[in-house]
Amino acid sequence: MFQFIFRRLSLVIPTFLGITLLTFTLIRLIPGDPIEVMAGERGVSAERHAELSAQLGFDQPLYVQYYHYVTGVLQGDLGNSLITREPVMKEFLTLFPATIELAFCAAIFAILIGLPAGIFAAVKRGTVIDHSVMTFSLTGYSMPIFWWALLLMLVFSVNLGWTPVSGRIDVVYWIDDVTGFMLIDSLLSGEEGAFSSAVSHLILPSIVLGTIPMAVIARMTRSSMLEVLSEDYIRTARAKGIAPWRVIVIHALRNALIPVITVIGLQVGILLSGAILTETVFAWPGIGKWLIESIGRRDYPVVQGGILIVACIIIVVNLLVDITYGIVNPRIRHSR
Amino acid sequence: MKKGLAKLTLALMAAGAISTSAHAATTLVYCSEGSPEGFNPAFYTAGTTFDATSKNMFNRLVEFKLGTTETEPGLATSYDVSSDGLEYTFHLRKGVKFHTSKDFTPTRDFNADDVIFTFDRQGNKENPYHSVSGGSYEYFTGMGMDTLIKEMVKVDDYTVKFILTKPEAPFIANLAMDFASIFSKEQADAYMKAGTPEKLDIDPVATGPFQKVQYQKDSLIRYTAFKDYWQGKAKIDRLVFSITPDASVRYAKLKAGECDVMPYPNPADLKQMEADPNINLMSQEGLNVGYLAFNTQKKPFTDPRVRQALSLATDKSAIIDAVFQGAGKVAKNPIPPTMWSYNKNVVDYPYDPVKAKKLLAEAGYPDGFSTNIWAMPVQRPYNPNARRMAEIMQEDWSKIGVKAEIVSYEWGEYLNRSKKGEHDTVLLGWTGDNGDPDNFLYVLLGCDAVGGANRAQWCNEEFNNLLLKAKQTSDKAERTKLYEESQVVFKREAPWITIAHSVVYEPIRKEVKGYKIDPLGGHYFYNVSK
Repeated sequence: MFQFIFRRLSLVIPTFLGITLLTFTLIRLIPGDPIEVMAGERGVSAERHAELSAQLGFDQPLYVQYYHYVTGVLQGDLGNSLITREPVMKEFLTLFPATIELAFCAAIFAILIGLPAGIFAAVKRGTVIDHSVMTFSLTGYSMPIFWWALLLMLVFSVNLGWTPVSGRIDVVYWIDDVTGFMLIDSLLSGEEGAFSSAVSHLILPSIVLGTIPMAVIARMTRSSMLEVLSEDYIRTARAKGIAPWRVIVIHALRNALIPVITVIGLQVGILLSGAILTETVFAWPGIGKWLIESIGRRDYPVVQGGILIVACIIIVVNLLVDITYGIVNPRIRHSR
Repeated sequence: MKKGLAKLTLALMAAGAISTSAHAATTLVYCSEGSPEGFNPAFYTAGTTFDATSKNMFNRLVEFKLGTTETEPGLATSYDVSSDGLEYTFHLRKGVKFHTSKDFTPTRDFNADDVIFTFDRQGNKENPYHSVSGGSYEYFTGMGMDTLIKEMVKVDDYTVKFILTKPEAPFIANLAMDFASIFSKEQADAYMKAGTPEKLDIDPVATGPFQKVQYQKDSLIRYTAFKDYWQGKAKIDRLVFSITPDASVRYAKLKAGECDVMPYPNPADLKQMEADPNINLMSQEGLNVGYLAFNTQKKPFTDPRVRQALSLATDKSAIIDAVFQGAGKVAKNPIPPTMWSYNKNVVDYPYDPVKAKKLLAEAGYPDGFSTNIWAMPVQRPYNPNARRMAEIMQEDWSKIGVKAEIVSYEWGEYLNRSKKGEHDTVLLGWTGDNGDPDNFLYVLLGCDAVGGANRAQWCNEEFNNLLLKAKQTSDKAERTKLYEESQVVFKREAPWITIAHSVVYEPIRKEVKGYKIDPLGGHYFYNVSK
C-alpha cells in the first residue's frame, strides 16, 4: 500500500513543476502589457512605464523572473497582486471558504439527486422512468449554466420571491468574518434568522452548480448498475430468493459504486477549483471569478499563484480518489 | 427601592429605544459592479474604487458641487490666488472630525498637517510613506502634480500655501479629484510608529459622511453614517455596497428590492425599467466622448479638406441608432454638453456625401484612396461596439470612394501602437477626470500630448495657444471664452470625427429620494434618504 502511495506521490512533483512553467509562460504569451492595461486610455509615459517595469521586475529576462517565481513558491510566497497589492495567498484564503461552501452544497445536491435517479433508471431499464431520467440528465448536462441560473433566478427570486437573488446573506445581518464560512459565521453570530438567510442564499447557486455533476453521476450510476446487475452473482442472489431491494442495495450497489466514487471525486475537484459562471451570476465571492478577472487584467502573480493552488487541489483530490480506489479495489493496488 | 425600580425602568426603556432604533435603521443598498482595488484612492484610477472610497468616505480641500462639474468649498472654506497665479493659499475648515477605526482613535481635529501629509506622501520620494504599499500614485503623476507643486507651506494650523512651478488654472479642479482625498497624519504617524504603515491604506480614517465597518472581498462593503460629519449626519444610517458584477443580476436584485440603486444597466433592459412602477430610471449625458482620430501626420490626412470630407461622409445618427441603442447622443464638440464652456454655437458637419466627394476631389483624390480604421477590442460607455461602428463608417466612406480596412489589436497593444501613430484612423474615447475643459482639450489635443494621448498626432498652433492662455488665467469667464473659441478652431480643422457622448442611466427604487447622477461618473449617497 505504501509503495502504491509513494508511486502516486512521486508523479506529483513533475506535474507541479510543469504547472508552474505552463502558467508562467501561457499568461505571458497572451498579448498585452499589464502596465498598459492598468493605465487604459489615460496612458503612461515611457519613463513611468520603465520605472513600473523595474519595480515589478518585468524588466528582467524571463528565465530570471521564472527563477524568482519558483524560488518564491518553494518558500510559500506566491507574490502580490499587481492590482490590489495584497499577497496572492491571502486573497485566495479570503475567497476559498466561499468556494468550498458552495462546492460542498452543490456536491450534496448532485449526489442526493443523481445517485438515486441513476439506480432507479437502471432498475427500471427501458421503461418510461428510465427514459425520462436519462432525458433529464442529458438536458442537465448540456444546460448553458448562465441561462439556467438567470432562469431560476427570474422564476424563484423575482417572480415568486421564494429565494434571494444573489449574495451570501441578507444585508440586514452584519456578520463578522470568523471562519469565512457563512453557514458557520451566521450561527456564531447568534443573530436570529441569520443562519436561515445564509441557507436560503445557498439554494439556487447549489442547484445551478450541482446540475452538471448531478447529470454525470446519474448517468454513471445507471450504466455501472446495469453492468453489475447483469453479473452472474446477482442472478444467483435473485435465484436464492433474496428480497429484490436487498439484491440491489447490498449486492449490486456496492460494486457499482466503485466507478461512481471516482466520478464524484473528480467532480468535487472541479467544483473546488471555482465555478466562474455560477459565481459571476450569483455574485458569489469565490476563486473562479477572481481568477478570470485577473486574466483579463493581466495580473500575472494572481493568475500564476491561483492556478497553481487550484491545480494542487485537483492533484490532491485525485490522489485521494486514487488511494480510496486502491483501498476499495485491491486489484489496482497490486498492479505494477 | 423605589429609586432602584425607577432606574431599572429607565434602563429597560433605554434598551428598548436602542433595539427599536437598531431595527429602524435605514439601510441603503447599492449594487456596485465590482470590488474596489483597495481603500487608498490615491493609488488607483478606477471609478469602482472611488465610489467605495473617496466619494463616500473622504473629503478634499475643494469638492465637486453634486450634479455639476463645478467646484465648491470642501475642507477648505476659501482660497486666494496670487496675481501671478503661482501661489494658492487655502483657509481650512475648523472643527472637522476624523472617523474612529478599530485600532485608531483620533485625538485632534483635521488641520494643515493632514493636508501637507496627503500631498507630500505622493510627491516627495523622501517621505517615509512614499513607497509604502507599492507607492505608485498614478493620478497624481498623471495629472502632472509632481512637477506642478514646487512647495507646500504651513502658514498656521488652518492655513496652507501651495507654491506652483507655473500658473495652472485647472489646479483647483485637480484638488477636487479622488487622489487628493485627505488622510489623517495622526493615524499615519501612529501606524508608522507601530511598524505597520501599510495598515493606513487598508483601514484609513477619513472625514467623509460614511465610515467603513467591514469589507468582504467580492461580496460586500458595509459603512455606517458618521455621526460627527461636519456637514451633519447623512440621512441614511447604514450604507451597503452589495458587489454584483452581472448587469442582469443587478436588475433582478433591484426588482426584488434587494438593492436600491444600481449602476450600468444593460441597454436592452432600459425599456422594461422605464415601464416598471417601482423603478425610477434616471439619465444624464456622461462626461465622455467617443471619437475617430485621423493621424494628421500621415498622408492624406495632413490635408484638412480630406478630414472634413470624411466628416461629411459619416452618418453619425445611423451610428447612434445601431451602436448605442438609445444610450448615446451625437457629439459635435470634443467636450460633453454637461461641461462648462461647451460651445453650443458650433455647427457640426452634416451628413452630405455629395459635398464630401467634391471636397475630396478638390484635395486631389477624386477617386478616393485606401486607408484603415482601427476598432477597439473592448466595450466602453463612449463606444459599446467599436467593430460595428467601424463597419458602418467603412460603408459610409466607400460611397465616396474611400476604401477602409478594419484593424484591431489586443487592448494594451492597441493603446500602445496608436500612441505611436501606427494607425491611419483610430476609434477611441475619453472619460473626464475633473470636469475641467483642459482635461479634455489639452490632454487629448494639445501639442504636448502628441506621441501620447493625442491620437490625432495633431499640433495646431492657434488651438494650442488658446489652451495655454486658458491655463494661465484663473478668471473663469475669460477661460470660458478661450475654450469656446478653441472649439471653433477644432471643428474647422477636424482632427477628429466627434461621434458620441454616452447617456448614463441609473435605475433607482421609487422609495429612494434625493439621489443625483454625478456627471463625473461617481456615486454619492450623502444626500440620499429612503
